[in-house]
Amino acid sequence: MPDQPAHATETADSADPAKPHPARPREPLQVTINGKPYFHDGDPAMPLLWFLRDTLRLTGSKFGCGIGNCGACTVLLDGKAMRACVLPMSVAATHQVTTIEGLEGDALHPVQQAWIEEDVAQCGYCQAGQVMAAVDLLKRKPKPSDDDIASIGNLCRCGTYPRIRKAILRAAELMQGERK
Amino acid sequence: MTARVDAGRRRFLAISLTAAGALVVGIRRANAAPTPGVPPELLGDDLTDLGPFVRIERDNRIVIGARGCEIGQGVITSLPMLVAEELDVDWAQVRVVQLPYGYIDTDQGPSNRYGDQGAGGSTSVSDGWKDLREAGATARWLLVQAAAKEWGLPAEQLRTEAGEVLAPDGRKLSYGALARSAAAIAPPDQPVALKRPEQFRIIGKPTRVVDAREIVTGRSRFGIDEYAADALVAVILRCPYLDGALESFDDAETRKVAGVVDVVAIAGPKPGEPFDGPLASGVAVLAEHTWAALRGRELLKVQWKQGPWSGESSGALAARANELLDRNEGGTGVRHDGDYAKARKQARNVVEARYEVPFLAHATMEPPGALIEIKQDSARLVASLQSPGGASEMIARMTGLARKDIEVRMTRAGGGFGRRLENDFVAEAVLVAKAAGKPVKLMWTREDDLQHDFYRPFGVHALSATLDRRKQVSGWTHRCAATPRPYREGGGRKRPINTGCLEADDFPAGLVANLDKTFFAVESGMPRGWWRAPLHTFHAFAVQSFIDEIAIASKQDAVKLRLAMLGEPRKIPYSGHGGPQFDTGRLAEVLRRCAAKIGWGERRDDGHGIGIACHFTFGGYTAHAFEVSIEGRELRIHRAVCVVDVGRAVNPLGVEAQMMGGTIDGLSTALHLAITVKEGQVQQHNFPDYPLLRMAQAPRGVEVEIVASDADPVGAGEMGVPSVAPALANAVYAATTVRVRKLPLMPELMRML
Repeated sequence: MPDQPAHATETADSADPAKPHPARPREPLQVTINGKPYFHDGDPAMPLLWFLRDTLRLTGSKFGCGIGNCGACTVLLDGKAMRACVLPMSVAATHQVTTIEGLEGDALHPVQQAWIEEDVAQCGYCQAGQVMAAVDLLKRKPKPSDDDIASIGNLCRCGTYPRIRKAILRAAELMQGERK
Repeated sequence: MTARVDAGRRRFLAISLTAAGALVVGIRRANAAPTPGVPPELLGDDLTDLGPFVRIERDNRIVIGARGCEIGQGVITSLPMLVAEELDVDWAQVRVVQLPYGYIDTDQGPSNRYGDQGAGGSTSVSDGWKDLREAGATARWLLVQAAAKEWGLPAEQLRTEAGEVLAPDGRKLSYGALARSAAAIAPPDQPVALKRPEQFRIIGKPTRVVDAREIVTGRSRFGIDEYAADALVAVILRCPYLDGALESFDDAETRKVAGVVDVVAIAGPKPGEPFDGPLASGVAVLAEHTWAALRGRELLKVQWKQGPWSGESSGALAARANELLDRNEGGTGVRHDGDYAKARKQARNVVEARYEVPFLAHATMEPPGALIEIKQDSARLVASLQSPGGASEMIARMTGLARKDIEVRMTRAGGGFGRRLENDFVAEAVLVAKAAGKPVKLMWTREDDLQHDFYRPFGVHALSATLDRRKQVSGWTHRCAATPRPYREGGGRKRPINTGCLEADDFPAGLVANLDKTFFAVESGMPRGWWRAPLHTFHAFAVQSFIDEIAIASKQDAVKLRLAMLGEPRKIPYSGHGGPQFDTGRLAEVLRRCAAKIGWGERRDDGHGIGIACHFTFGGYTAHAFEVSIEGRELRIHRAVCVVDVGRAVNPLGVEAQMMGGTIDGLSTALHLAITVKEGQVQQHNFPDYPLLRMAQAPRGVEVEIVASDADPVGAGEMGVPSVAPALANAVYAATTVRVRKLPLMPELMRML
């Protein structure tokens, strides 16, 4: 577990973490990340990415562009892929956030497994975001077409796209197997 | 686990490289304290070092140190494979850890306990092929000696396999059991014998990225992921004008932002002086976290002085380059063979064309940045680097600290492509940390990155060729007018003006009897640097497009023309990086295979065009072919073929990845990317105006063929890029009969169609 600085306290009561909070600066926001509730008492306009990285030290979500363009910061918001670098804390606070660190259960997620098997990563920097985008895609489209896969707009500067395609198809197979 | 070292029980075998590159092996006593620079995760209670790269645990787990800078080229996997092969262990036994920068003072001067750690010029594997295999073999030799002693047998009778020493009678001892006694044995006087290739069990086997699990679970730590408890986050507002300066600033609003701690001015280089510190002047905002720093930066009110380049624009640079080529005076002769003028007089055909290539940014997915801590008598840097030695020198120069007291830790880097060969961001971090009196975590945004880079040079290539009556190329001139790559280099370095733009011995030099190469310098205030396969991506587009134009003008087959020019397989002198020889047969072979794979010369009626190109880059031979069509305003790439010969492929899975990625990087760059300058300012800001290729635009796959070879390996990080742009432009011509002579290709093609 990452070190938790003092202003990121885990709340004692997690009974209703999704309860909306008013976005006033003095009222701490409660945000649920990887199933755990946290308080944020800073600027409600701060993008989720900086709370994840600077406050919680969940550094798997990367900073790439700061304008929601490249996808290196992709997280799941209620299961849907979102760009954490442009997602204000006030919005994140009303949803369930899953980061790359929260994807793995007892075992690797099939998408992570497929990524390793297809040896996708080169520099690796965009890959957490790519994995999160693929998890979202496969939830919506368990048998994705080539065009479905290409709808993932996350940038990869190393050019790993062909192996990303293979990994997504492999993950789809792995998940198919799990459902049987 | 405690990070305690019982120094009394352990001896360290020090292997270091002298300046001449000889392997020096010696024994020294371990210090009472942990060896400086050894990462704590390497330290345990029950393990033994056998040289700087090998650590053996009692339970026979093998830890191998990866010395290189991992920027996506795969050296964290391939370099330990070289050590593991000669150590003779099972790859499954091996755990790899990233080594820090290994600076040491020696009697002969500064040295590095790990050898060469930089990432540039695709040399990591070829360097490691020499010294890392020896390091592995030396450790194995020590283990065999230890077993020989234990059993009272001659060492020659023993053999090793999968991390065990075996005696003729079937007795076995694991490396783990032998490690401690092996570490007490004096290392060999002579270099020990290396394996023969037929004995390889790891080299040549497709091997996955060793830390893939960390990457896909988000646990992998890049430079940007490093924090220190008391460090402040810094962002810098840099002067947007080339060589501009800070006139004045008002930080009243900035200081009101909750979390902002301080605001300090940063002095940039003086116009004309070397870039051996920060790249630009600016104002740094220090804050408790990134968001506060960014918010604070937005609220700064700054007046800039525009500097000497405020009239500079891309249009004017292109005009200047063409003017220099038109006037054709005062150029620097780069190579002169035979008599081109005479060849021209006797020529049946003359072909001429000019090609323009733009400035490029590196746009590493992880922007530059650094975490630095400077104390009275020491400093510590953690960052994504390509030149840790340069970073160490930079910090020493700026702080006055001794090199040995500066710890430099490299993390996995989110791309390099040459950007991190520069350490301007380290210099900035030092200045800010000194001003703040606190550790600093410097962050760059994408805007900072695109606006303040060491750009790939801009230039225009003017080519001409003469053909004799037999349609053979009898004369060749290559005149290049460009913003020279050598520009205000730090450390007093002087290189020939044509470095990185026009190479004396590149194709077709040595193959055409009458040949001239001339370079013309175009003055510019844009900082210039190394960009993946620098020279080669800069000029292969011109040369390999031009060959196609010659073939078309003289009604010859473009592949046959190239093969005819390459001639009989032979080795010819090549003085540039990747030499000393260029093997015409190896280039011809990748070209032939590439042509066969794409179906070159087959009759088509689908309107698709096929283009091909080949190039020699840093000792590697690559050919590319593409099948394309134009549908409306879209270019479709139906097939992408890449054939490469990089000698023996240490990790074929990694070589394939580099070729696939290099091909897509080449396409991304050739199709859409350019940095332009207007009124002394870079015009691009973020990915919307520097649009890297996305999956939907990229070919579904890249068909990579790796030529089997017994030749010593070269790297693979850069060889996959240079022949992409010309093969693509040649394919576009085949599909449309429109010849694109200016990159990026898409805007130009749309203008011309």
